[in-house]
Amino acid sequence: MSELAITVIGRDRPGIVADVAEVLARLGANLTDSTMTRLRGHFAMTLICVGPAAADVEAALAPLAADGQLLATVRAVAPDGAAVPTGEPYVLAVHGADRMGIVAAMTRVLTDAGGNVTDLSTRLTGSLYVVVAEVDLPPGTFDEVAGRLALAAAELGVGVSLRPADTDLL
Amino acid sequence: MTTEYAGLAGWTPAALPVPGEVRPVVSAPDPVLSRPGPEVDPTSDEVVRLAADLIATMRVSPGCVGLAAPQVGVSAQVFAVDVTGHPKALTVHGTFVLCNARVVEAARWKSGREGCMSVPDLTGDVKRASRLVVEGLLPGTGASVRLVTDGFEARALQHEIDHCLGLLFLDRVAGAHAIYQRKVYQ
Repeated sequence: MSELAITVIGRDRPGIVADVAEVLARLGANLTDSTMTRLRGHFAMTLICVGPAAADVEAALAPLAADGQLLATVRAVAPDGAAVPTGEPYVLAVHGADRMGIVAAMTRVLTDAGGNVTDLSTRLTGSLYVVVAEVDLPPGTFDEVAGRLALAAAELGVGVSLRPADTDLL
Repeated sequence: MTTEYAGLAGWTPAALPVPGEVRPVVSAPDPVLSRPGPEVDPTSDEVVRLAADLIATMRVSPGCVGLAAPQVGVSAQVFAVDVTGHPKALTVHGTFVLCNARVVEAARWKSGREGCMSVPDLTGDVKRASRLVVEGLLPGTGASVRLVTDGFEARALQHEIDHCLGLLFLDRVAGAHAIYQRKVYQ
């Protein structure tokens, strides 16, 4: 069983998910984890599938991409099993006037502290830039990371908050 | 006619005449978790035994603050709750079991991240009322009670009542981007 990383991106229109999912289902490709979202009028799909060979999936998706409106890539990846937890979960939010380097500066602070970004979205609307990320931080580093993020944010002229993503187990 | 009590009217698990046995907890996608449970006769031996088993199973499960009948494989509107000692709890009614419970008033909705013993690998952001009034029947006597609660106990009650209706927190997540891989630390 090969594990495939598939990306599909193109001008948004109704039916992209149905079209791609149908192709995969016909091939017996089992869609496991995925995110599919609209980014400034483009629809972007990032999928992990298990089943057929990469070449078969590529060939099957080719007709969808034939009109030049969709770009699909397929490649085999090594299954790495369950993700190893690397720390305690936090939610990072940054917002302010758009400028170069906000994501770079903020994620560098996280990385230098041994943190790991597990999910991140950005949105630019008018001149407002927003970053929201799920971050794992090593235990005991919260205060230091929050301080460094605040410094980096001040240099960029943006606001930042970091709060625990604590879960209530019921 | 059944008397209606405010609060639990002094009910404690000691009122159950049978000792509880620990039952195995089932996980999604077990279909019992997605099936609305039928109402029960709270005075029946079967329901009294189930009530005791839910409490026993809840007590041996680390961090467990509530357990509904479908989670032990029984499709029925019965659940146990105990949020005693939880740091987020405000009003606390101790350990109790309710049958055929209904939310009758809900206010002050707040978003929070929830996890569930029956969905061990995921968590999700779910809005729940932080002010809550619930009516239900006590196992054994069948007495009708009305609980007024808030905060964490309110969240736990809504989560368990949902289980009885065949709903998981996954049915209530705030959006496509509001489920998360659960992280477990040792």
